[in-house]
Amino acid sequence: MKSEEITKRIYSLQVDNKPGVLSRIAGLFSGRGFNIESLCVAETTDPLVSRITLVTNGDRNILEQIKKHLNKLVDVIKVTDFNVTPFVQREMALIKIRAKAEYRAEILRMVDIFRSRIVDVGAEYYIIEVTGDEGKIAAFLELLKPMGIKEIARTGAIALAREKK
Amino acid sequence: MIKGVFIIKLKGTKILMKVLKEEGVDTIFGFPGGAVLDIYDELVKTDIKHILVRHEQGAAHAADGYARASGKVGVCLVTSGPGATNTVTGIASAYMDSIPLVVFTGQVPTSLIGNDAFQEVDIVGITRPCTKHNYLVSDIKDLARIIKEAFYLARSGRPGPVLVDLPKDLIQSSAEYKPIKDVQLKSYNPTYEPSAKQLPKVIKLIKKSERPMIFAGGGVILSGASRELKLFANKIQAPVAASLMGLGAFPASDPLWLGMLGMHGTYRANMSSAECDLMIGIGVRFDDRVTGRTDAFASKAKIVHIDIDPTSISKNIRVSTPIVGDCKTTLKRLNKLLGSEDLKGLNKARKPWLDQIIEWRSTKPLAYEQEKAIKPQFVVETLYEVTKGEAIITTEVGQNQMWAAQYYHFDKPNSFLTSGGLGCMGYGLPAAIGAQVACPDRTVVDIAGDGSIQMNIQEMATAVQFNIPVKIAILNNGYLGMVRQWQELFYDKCYACTEMDHAPDFVKLAEAYGAVGLRATKPEEVKPLIKKALAIKKPVIMDFHVEREEGVYPMVPAGAAITDMLLV
Repeated sequence: MKSEEITKRIYSLQVDNKPGVLSRIAGLFSGRGFNIESLCVAETTDPLVSRITLVTNGDRNILEQIKKHLNKLVDVIKVTDFNVTPFVQREMALIKIRAKAEYRAEILRMVDIFRSRIVDVGAEYYIIEVTGDEGKIAAFLELLKPMGIKEIARTGAIALAREKK
Repeated sequence: MIKGVFIIKLKGTKILMKVLKEEGVDTIFGFPGGAVLDIYDELVKTDIKHILVRHEQGAAHAADGYARASGKVGVCLVTSGPGATNTVTGIASAYMDSIPLVVFTGQVPTSLIGNDAFQEVDIVGITRPCTKHNYLVSDIKDLARIIKEAFYLARSGRPGPVLVDLPKDLIQSSAEYKPIKDVQLKSYNPTYEPSAKQLPKVIKLIKKSERPMIFAGGGVILSGASRELKLFANKIQAPVAASLMGLGAFPASDPLWLGMLGMHGTYRANMSSAECDLMIGIGVRFDDRVTGRTDAFASKAKIVHIDIDPTSISKNIRVSTPIVGDCKTTLKRLNKLLGSEDLKGLNKARKPWLDQIIEWRSTKPLAYEQEKAIKPQFVVETLYEVTKGEAIITTEVGQNQMWAAQYYHFDKPNSFLTSGGLGCMGYGLPAAIGAQVACPDRTVVDIAGDGSIQMNIQEMATAVQFNIPVKIAILNNGYLGMVRQWQELFYDKCYACTEMDHAPDFVKLAEAYGAVGLRATKPEEVKPLIKKALAIKKPVIMDFHVEREEGVYPMVPAGAAITDMLLV
C-alpha cells in the first residue's frame, strides 16, 4: 500500500514480566522493519507485570500494523495507544556540563527557569537533572549547548493515560 | 492434611506423557539424541506411535503433513543443538501456512545453559520469529501447564507452530501433578465471533453488487468452513477463486469454481479479480503471489476481508469492510442473515457476469499439447483421472507444485498439502509420510521434481521402515525447472546453475531403499504405470522423464498487474 505522512506515536504496553518478552518485542520491530525511537521498561506494582513505553514512528498503515502485531504477541497483556487517549508524558535527562566560573550564574538561572536541579557539582562541571516532555528537554539542551555539554544520558519517554476528572 | 486429596509426584518425562495423552496425541515424528534420552525411555512405554525420521527437517514436515491431513496438532520430538536447528525450516514453513504443530526440543541441563555446552543452541531465540509462541521450561512445576498452553496456542485462533524447549535435568526432576482442565491466558483471546455491526454491511454490498467474487484461502480449510462456503457462494451466486493454500476449500467440480488466483492462476480467476465490483476475501492474506502489483489488484472492487488474524487485514491491500472472526462462524452468521433476504432476483442479475466468466473459461482454458515427450501436465492429469480426484496430494516446490495446483482438481479440503508461504523444497515426501500416517486408507501421492525430491530423499528409508505406502511421482526434467523458467523468460535463457544432469537413477535408488521404482519415458506408458504403482502396497517412486523445457502458464511476471499474463 502507498505510504503516507510519517508521524510519531507512543504505545504503552503491559506485558508479562518474564525473560524473553523484550526480545520478542524488539524482534517484532526489527523483523518487520518498524522503528523504535525509544523504549522504557520497568516492573509495575504487580511484580508479574511490566510496563513498556515505546515511542515509534510510521505512516498510518505501519502504525496500525505495529499496534495489531503488539496485540498479537502472547506475552503482551494490553496495548494503550496514546493517539486516542489523553496522556501525560515525561522523560528525564542527566546533563554533564562544563561549568567555568563565567558561566556558572547563567547555568544556575537556566536550571531555575526549567525547574531542573543540579545533582552533582565538581570544580569544572555540573550534572543537571531535568524532566519534562520531549520538547522541553530539547529546548533546554539547545540553550545549554553554547556553554559546552560534556555528556548526556536520556531516558526514553514514559507515559500514562489521563483519567476522567 | 485435607482428606481425600492425593497429589502424586511424577517425573518430568511422565508428566510429559500424561499431558500428551490428555491432548489425544497418537503419533510423534522424531529423532532421538543425548538431551532427550529420558523422554524416549518413557515414550516407548506408552502406546504413542513414534515415527523415526532420517533428518529432523523431515520430522517437522511430516508432523505438518499429519496436521494438514487430519486437522489435529502435529507433534515432533528432537534433541538439542543440531536436532533443534534442523527443525527450523519445517517450523518456518508451518508458521507461514498457519499449521498447528508442537515441537519438543531437548536442551542441555539448566546449569550448562549459556556455557556453549556440547549440542547447546538457543533454539527459543532462534525460533522466536518463526513460531506462534515458544517456551523454555525453567521450573518443573510449570511443565504440565506449559505443554497444555502449547497445544492450546497451536490449534486456537490463527493456528501455528509452538516450540517447547526441555532442559535435560528439568525433565529428570519430579513435581506434583494434577491434570489441568482449562487453559486460560489473560493476554491471548482470539476473536471467533465477528462483530454484529459489520455483517449487515456485507449483505448490503452483496445485494448491490453486479459482479461479485469470493476469494477463499487456507483459513477456510483451517476453520473447517468448506460446507458453509459452498452454501454461501450458492446463495449469493458468486464465483469462487482460491489461493494456493485454499485449494480444496471449494469443490473444483462446482460450476461457480474459477480456479486458483495469482501468479500461476487461471485466466478466468485473474480476469475476474480485475473486473469484479465486490471481492469477498475469506481466510486469505493477499500475499504478493496473489495480488501482483497491489495498486492494480481488484481496483474496481470493494473488498470485504474476513480473517481471524487482525494483522492480516489491511496489511497488503486496503479493505473497505474488515471482519475479524473465524471463517466458519462468520460464514454461518452471514448465511443466516441471507436466509431472511429475498435473493430471487440475484440469479438474473448475476447472469451477464457469470456468462462473461464462462466466455473467459472457454477461450482461455489451462492447456498443453501432448507431443512426443511426456508432458508433466499430462502426468498430473492422468494421476487425477486414475485416483478419481480422491488422493491426498503433497508437492515439493516449483513447477511440480504449480502443475499439481492447476491440473489436479480438488473437491475436498485437507487434500492438497503444499508449502505455500515459505515455498520449501523437500516438503513433499515427509509431508506425504505424515499424511499417510494420519489417513492410512487414502492414497497419498507426492508430486515432485527431480531437484526438490533430493532435498529430503532420505525419508524413503522412513517410509520403508514403517511400511508407509506413499507414492512419489517425479516430474523429471533434469532442471530446477521453475528457476530455469524464470531464466528463460527474464534472464536471456542463461541457465545459470539450474541444470541437474547428474541425478541418481531414481528406480535403482527406490530399490536400494527397499521400495519399488518404476519409470516412464513415453506418454502411453504413463497411465499403466500409475495404475501399477497405486496397486502396490509399498512406497513407490515413479520416475517420469518429461519434456525438459516445459513451462508453467499462465504466468504473471513478479511485480506486474495480475492481468498481465503470459499465456504459453
